[in-house]
Amino acid sequence: MTNAVAISLSVNGERVEATVLPRLNLADFLREHLKLTGTHVGCEHGVCGACTVRVNGDIVRSCLLLAVQTHNAAVETIEGLSDSGEIADLQSAFRERNALQCGFCTPGMLMAAQDLLKQSPSPDREQIREHLSGNYCRCTGYQAIVDAIETTARARIGRLP
Amino acid sequence: MKASAFAYARATSVENALELLTAHGEKAKVLSGGQSLLPAMNLRLIAPELVIDIGELTELRGVVVEGGVLTIGALTRHADLLKSREIAAHAPLLADAVAQVAHPAIRNRGTIGGSLAQADPASELPACMLALGATIIARGPDGERRIAANEFFVGIYETALWPQELLVAVELPVAPENSAHFFHEFARRHGDYAIVGLAAQAIVTDGRFADLRLGFFAVGDRPLLARSAGELVDVAITSPVLSEACAALDAELDPLEDQQATPAMRRHLAKVLLTRCVSSLLGRPDLCVGASA
Repeated sequence: MTNAVAISLSVNGERVEATVLPRLNLADFLREHLKLTGTHVGCEHGVCGACTVRVNGDIVRSCLLLAVQTHNAAVETIEGLSDSGEIADLQSAFRERNALQCGFCTPGMLMAAQDLLKQSPSPDREQIREHLSGNYCRCTGYQAIVDAIETTARARIGRLP
Repeated sequence: MKASAFAYARATSVENALELLTAHGEKAKVLSGGQSLLPAMNLRLIAPELVIDIGELTELRGVVVEGGVLTIGALTRHADLLKSREIAAHAPLLADAVAQVAHPAIRNRGTIGGSLAQADPASELPACMLALGATIIARGPDGERRIAANEFFVGIYETALWPQELLVAVELPVAPENSAHFFHEFARRHGDYAIVGLAAQAIVTDGRFADLRLGFFAVGDRPLLARSAGELVDVAITSPVLSEACAALDAELDPLEDQQATPAMRRHLAKVLLTRCVSSLLGRPDLCVGASA
């Protein structure tokens, strides 16, 4: 009964049909089956945030979601957000402010940051910290990441009518 | 690590889930949001033979207020509770508590039913259920069973649920207009497992507690509805009264040792929380003197 299960989902706007073992988590499905390796796998128990992706518009831990649970879902990864240009300004702010060093946490950080900016266009630093509290960074000390998100938020408000 | 191999069944209805549970019982685990179950499986702490996914049973999702009772479907996500106007109006303690449950990405998947059925002694929601006097609704092959929250949690990851039963909802009394609440937890990082926490619901009349329910968590193998709260009800609260209540609380605690804290540290922090809670609910900063974490 541990047989593979057929799933059909959308990944970054493209329809994907696959047959997967129940034990396969979404992070490994994205990385190993679809070769979308921008989603990183760190702790594999929901603590580090490196595997954060969007499912049906909400950010989730892809290590704590089975691939079989995404049947009929719309999954968006860092590749999707990057290619569509949705977070180009955020990525640029990260680069300019040196908000990454090794880059391992960055896809998850960008996912969480974009999620915050969609819900709350002008967050203060405390709100930024709280929203990123589930994402570990071992290089930057977080200050530069908070700076980059704050800068992006301000720029976006300025740009909007 | 990765979860070991298991079979997967996507339940199509509550009846279907119950049939699967009846057939497989203890060999099966119910998958709701998966935010506690999947870490435990990835760490190989548990290895169910069958995972029954109830994620598509939308009839188990949502918050309804009727006749002074707030009914929360088991599949209602933490993120839903946080956004719910009904919860904010009628169970503000729960709204405060959910904001401390893990992180946004986890609150987007984790559910109230999953948290309660998992019964992690460091979880916020079980302690809230005790403080709010909740009733847990379980459905099994022989129909529905109503379980008082203070009889539901029986040990680490252990509840009064039978292997064939599914937790379908919780009922909370609507908080009376004159009620007050307090929620605080100590954690190393916002959203991490609590070292010690307290969810409290009270009715304060003329500077005294007409009612006080204290739900402590991470102080033992299950959440604790502190009997010592009784020492603070219908009396004028002074520092000596509060000290005695702290001593009585200490006698009720049986904290565990883990990598986060020693039992002695947990005992200390529980008393700090009690002091802060009483001081905050009564608006009496004078009672908080010396209560440092």
